[in-house]
Amino acid sequence: MARYSITINGKKQNVNVAEDMPLLWVLRDELGLTGTKFGCGRGLCGTCTIHLDGEPTRACMTSVEYVDGSEITTIEGLSTDLSHPLQQAWIAEEVPQCGYCQSGQIMTAAALLEKNSDPSDEDINTAMKMNLCRCGTYQRIRKAIHRAAKEI
Amino acid sequence: MPESSVSRRDFLKVSSTAGVGLMIGVFLPAKERLVAAGLAPSQPFEPNAFLAIHPDNSVVITVAKSEMGQHVRTSLPMILGDELEADWSQITVLQADANEQKYGNQGTGGSGSIRESFTILRKTGAAAKEVLIKAGAKKWGVTIEECIATKGKIIHLPTKRQFTFGELAEMASSYSLSTNPKLKDPEDFNFIGKSMPGKDTPSRANGKAQFGIDIRIPDMLYATVIHCPTFGGKAKSFNSNSAKGIPGVTDIFAIEEGVAIVGNNTWSVIQGQRALDIEWDHGDFANWDSNRIKSFMEKKGGSGKAVIARKEGDVTTAHKKAASVFEVQYEVPFTHHATMEPMNCVAHVGNGKCEIWVPTQVPQRVQTKAAEHLGIPLEQVKVHVTLLGGGFGRRLFADYVTDALEISQKIGKPVKMLWTREEDMAHDFFRPTSIHKLSAALTKKNQAKSWSHRIIAPSISAQRSPQKFTKGELDKSAVSGARNLPYEIPNLHIDYIMTNTKVPVGWWRAVYNSQNGFANEGFVDELAHLADEDPYHFRVKLLKNSPRHLGVLNVAAEKSGWGTKLGKGRGRGIAVHESFGSWAAHVAEVTVKSDGSFTVDRIVGAIDCGLPVHPDGIRMQMESGIVYGLTSTLKGEITIKKGAVEQSNFHDFELLRIDESPEMEIHIVASDEPPSGAGEPGLPPVAPSVANAIFDATGKRIRKLPIRPEDLRA
Repeated sequence: MARYSITINGKKQNVNVAEDMPLLWVLRDELGLTGTKFGCGRGLCGTCTIHLDGEPTRACMTSVEYVDGSEITTIEGLSTDLSHPLQQAWIAEEVPQCGYCQSGQIMTAAALLEKNSDPSDEDINTAMKMNLCRCGTYQRIRKAIHRAAKEI
Repeated sequence: MPESSVSRRDFLKVSSTAGVGLMIGVFLPAKERLVAAGLAPSQPFEPNAFLAIHPDNSVVITVAKSEMGQHVRTSLPMILGDELEADWSQITVLQADANEQKYGNQGTGGSGSIRESFTILRKTGAAAKEVLIKAGAKKWGVTIEECIATKGKIIHLPTKRQFTFGELAEMASSYSLSTNPKLKDPEDFNFIGKSMPGKDTPSRANGKAQFGIDIRIPDMLYATVIHCPTFGGKAKSFNSNSAKGIPGVTDIFAIEEGVAIVGNNTWSVIQGQRALDIEWDHGDFANWDSNRIKSFMEKKGGSGKAVIARKEGDVTTAHKKAASVFEVQYEVPFTHHATMEPMNCVAHVGNGKCEIWVPTQVPQRVQTKAAEHLGIPLEQVKVHVTLLGGGFGRRLFADYVTDALEISQKIGKPVKMLWTREEDMAHDFFRPTSIHKLSAALTKKNQAKSWSHRIIAPSISAQRSPQKFTKGELDKSAVSGARNLPYEIPNLHIDYIMTNTKVPVGWWRAVYNSQNGFANEGFVDELAHLADEDPYHFRVKLLKNSPRHLGVLNVAAEKSGWGTKLGKGRGRGIAVHESFGSWAAHVAEVTVKSDGSFTVDRIVGAIDCGLPVHPDGIRMQMESGIVYGLTSTLKGEITIKKGAVEQSNFHDFELLRIDESPEMEIHIVASDEPPSGAGEPGLPPVAPSVANAIFDATGKRIRKLPIRPEDLRA
């Protein structure tokens, strides 16, 4: 066990947890930020995607030790009022079905738009292909990213 | 730890204020009364909603079906709210706890939510509207004929005076309700037939949606379990010395189905699970693998006694008279539900009571199972239904609930029990593997004069209830989609041979329609080719008297540009199938390269599910059925080795990805027939439309799933 200091969604958080605890469980179990989901625990599905110093990162494979002192953004911090263009686009295109993977989808897409404000279908496929969706919302995800890109 | 069980808090709130508002149960106590009122002519009574109009003008619609992505928490309120003349923005949705007396059957499956609820929800809304109008008229001292309901208000037309529903709620609750209220003319629908915004969409875009895995209750501990990987095996003994040394692990003990690890957080218990040293008694199924299962099925399929599912004309004579007999075999593997949210359950057992928070398609099965397991009365078991991170049939099973109950009972505290992905992968109720032997008697001109289809597959029903199948009874489910072959061929013989092993089998999206649809639609395509006819026109010819099959088939063909030229290496395939009271057809377009690699470029789908209640929801379900179906067509296969599942996570059980997701175009056939479902019917035609497209592109006939590039190498 050790103490760590992480800035999550702009707020400094101190936690006392095992050194190897993945950030995912720090967020979910220690801090109650359950918007970030558990899907595979092996970095294979993208459900737990957060931003680590702006980079889309798998929280299930990132130990708390590694992120000590870093800035983390989770889905709860993307906006507090659904105002992020991707959230607006997700609503307009009715993207989510069960919704379980969508936090991870949106966080990956947000990181894409930070770097590329007008992505092609190809760019979207490349950026998003490690995020699995069992309900099959891919076509709408693509449309929603294009829609959000127009708003930015 | 914050308490954030939304459904529980809201339920209490509504219950406590309901006394001063209008609360309308959708149900009436006695079935006889419903029958008398024409509400339940012959069907079992299965109401699923519950309405409360509060003095603050909120309209709370309780949805008793489980929300797993099919937007039932949008479409069911649309139906009730439309007849009520509510304003969409005043409707809030409440998820029902398990309660059979109150809600009837809450089981969510078989694409049945809208089909089962449509009439009763309309009547509920209409009856409530009538008493609101009556209350308004009484307050104004006018006749009801001068009043209308619109957008959450009752208006006195001559004077334009108005009351909100909330202002009339208390008075309205003193009137008795009509059991046969006047329903709206479909032309006047405000919500039905329109794509209303999803009630849960915002919370699914900001992480606030609460799935089972997100439930947190005071004093809760965390747990995971490990079951014997071999089906039918048990833990003989285990050494927990190193696991107990992991910080945060508080307890490790045997449960009925394996070993439980309890601790202060999820990471601790996952670590504990990995550190456990368990000696398994693998049992006799350890000698089985996929090859042995296949040999067993082929042997039994060739020699076993088949149960006849449908017989018309005389296939034996047709074969004798035939110029030739065409015989082929189709094969489908086991596959996995693979919901993105792994199995989990929060349970609090103690003081002769039990409270459960669970993502489930069967709240009442959970309740009954818990009561039986704990030996307590049903009323002492509270089951709160959370959002489901995918269902697809997996959550029709309540196996994971008993894990949580046993753990909570043992530790005397509430517990959140979560399976790892590996555990989830190893312990599904898999889509049954199947072998299909098909044959047709052909004339000299290769016209089919008979159709025989033998289905060799494990039986879900018999695995669950073997006592129902001791005298050669037919498992009707196993032949669904095959028995009701729509093609007009004079001699038919369809039969079934049951081949159960210890591999657990279950209701996977579209159930046996996924296998039988693949076999039917591949084989009919082969017959078209033998007869040297276009596969679309060949089907049309054999479906003269099946207007709804023809309807979707024609739309899919027309919208896809059937008959137009495609480039080199490209092909187009068509398939049509009826399931769960709806009809769906797809035209798939593929590109196949000389090395066998191929892409599914486009799928044009058509569906007839009766009156389309929530068109965008229908499109979503069709898109979902296509992607889910493509995963099982191209990828996800479960294989067995040493009596256990070989795959363990998404690296070896792959799902379709965004770059493999085809362009999809969905068309809804206009209909004023009673509405049915859309969750499953879009799936069965996916695999055969792709296989038929590959044939069109390459001349290679695909009779086995999944389709691998190596099967297509030139």
